[in-house]
Amino acid sequence: MAAISREEVAHLARLSRLAVTEEELDTFAGQLDVILQSVAQVGEVTAADIPPTSHSVPLTNVLRDDVVVPGLTPQEALSGAPDVAEQRFRVPRILDEDVAS
Amino acid sequence: MTTTLPAYDEVVARYEPVIGLETHVELGTNTKMFCGCPTDFGGEPNTRVCPVCLGLPGSLPVANKAAIEATIRIGLALNCSIAQWCRFARKNYFYPDMPKDFQISQYDEPLCSDGYLDVEVDGELVRIGIERVHLEEDTGKTLHVGGATGRIHGATESLVDYNRAGIPLVEIVTKPVPGTGALAPEVAKAYVTELRDVLRSLGVSDVRMEEGSLRCDVNTSLNLPGEEWGTRTETKNVNSLRSVERAVRSEILRQASVLDAGGRITQETRHFHEDTGDTTPGRSKETATDYRYFPEPDLVPLAPDTAWVAELKAALPELPRLHRRRLQEQWGLSDLDMQSVLNAGAVELIEATVAAGTTPAAARKWWLGELSRRANETGTELADIGATPAQVAELQGLVDAGKLNDKLARTVLEGVVAGEGSPTEIMTNRGLEVVSDTGALTAAVDEAIAANPGIADKIRSGKVAAAGALVGAVMKATRGQADAKTVRDLVLERLGVQG
Repeated sequence: MAAISREEVAHLARLSRLAVTEEELDTFAGQLDVILQSVAQVGEVTAADIPPTSHSVPLTNVLRDDVVVPGLTPQEALSGAPDVAEQRFRVPRILDEDVAS
Repeated sequence: MTTTLPAYDEVVARYEPVIGLETHVELGTNTKMFCGCPTDFGGEPNTRVCPVCLGLPGSLPVANKAAIEATIRIGLALNCSIAQWCRFARKNYFYPDMPKDFQISQYDEPLCSDGYLDVEVDGELVRIGIERVHLEEDTGKTLHVGGATGRIHGATESLVDYNRAGIPLVEIVTKPVPGTGALAPEVAKAYVTELRDVLRSLGVSDVRMEEGSLRCDVNTSLNLPGEEWGTRTETKNVNSLRSVERAVRSEILRQASVLDAGGRITQETRHFHEDTGDTTPGRSKETATDYRYFPEPDLVPLAPDTAWVAELKAALPELPRLHRRRLQEQWGLSDLDMQSVLNAGAVELIEATVAAGTTPAAARKWWLGELSRRANETGTELADIGATPAQVAELQGLVDAGKLNDKLARTVLEGVVAGEGSPTEIMTNRGLEVVSDTGALTAAVDEAIAANPGIADKIRSGKVAAAGALVGAVMKATRGQADAKTVRDLVLERLGVQG
């Protein structure tokens, strides 16, 4: 059984704002399936005493003190912006009213 | 909307509301959550930014220790369990308010979980369950320009300022709160008020709703008694304590009218409008965004050790409810009297006035009397009335020293509220001081006696009660600027009668 369906690839493409053609969906579904199956092989060697890992270094609590550090000037900050107006980043209008919080 | 809404009392007699609240609090740290940029409110656009909060390639976030501590302290104050190990997560979405195209948040491993906050409503204690308290970063501010309305609809482009992007933001989510019946709107307001007071007592945020450092989303659903909970809506943009109450109430009425008409509630986000008190639909939750959360690879896990948490717990301040309980005892107030102090928003004001040297009774008299009356008349919060606890204490000091009588003090207080200066200044400038010059008073008394020989004779013959008429005459002659008791004593003395 395939590790990822064609529909799932289409859904991911939509979430990622990628325009994928019908043919590409077939191609990517196949390719992603190979990748997922390969990665899944790791599962064969896991044992109950090995916790799932998300970070490659065994560190916790890397924190910094609450001290202000100089940042960029507005000119520097905006220097790489595709477009600028009123000292702000100018972007195409946003259709979705929802904002993350 | 032209549909007529049913009466509130009638609706809550038939339906049971369930509410839930999601509150966002900007922490008052010096710097942002993952970089050293300053966090102060205001400032020219894009002046508090750096490669980290702009999401520039190669930059790496490092968590702010003060923000972690503040979040743990909030969790402890809300009786939560503190995670022994947890991670940040990326919340992916396409919206330019975050330059990285994701927001660093927490997903299934919040720093604090499973607590509660007790709030008082109508003298009853209601326990609000806390689902989770987690830490994330605030977003930038977008300005929608072009088009006629200035609103997002019709705008042709958006301008983004990232000064706010990356400011530590704590999200506090309640468990669903059933069983509050008709009181649901008041419970919601009482919870946010109490939460605000807790956060303020912890000193973790300036908790100003109007500046957006405290923001609230309100979930509401209705069900028939004995049936499962209904579909809930989430009302956003609720930016004052009063609005919290209004939003719940208006959503209860709206949902009831939909259900009564045989319709069903759509799970959706609704927007609250401060001017009308109504909500209008936003995005439908049925097409809820898939944020593809995954553990943030650029930040190592957090593992607050027990000793650290215990140390933070030991240093927690007295929490507002206990603090109020203690004040009530110190001030010698009944539950009812304390409730009216609370309702007037006068606890801190009276406390500060007492700290400035006034007796609790006198402090309460001014804040709940004259000043509350003015606040109600002008529709202002008592704290914004224009008189400070120090000024009220000074005023009472003048009364205690016999320089002002009650009537004059009220006139002086009017001047204070009008911004004319300190009580002493106003008293001096307006010549409102009690006439304490005995010579002048004696002259006024003698005049009154001479003008009213009949009354004077009555008093001489032992009808001491008649002295009131002469006191009145003297008060009138001194334009109320004499102490009535002093005048009375003087009248009797001049007539050779024992008081």
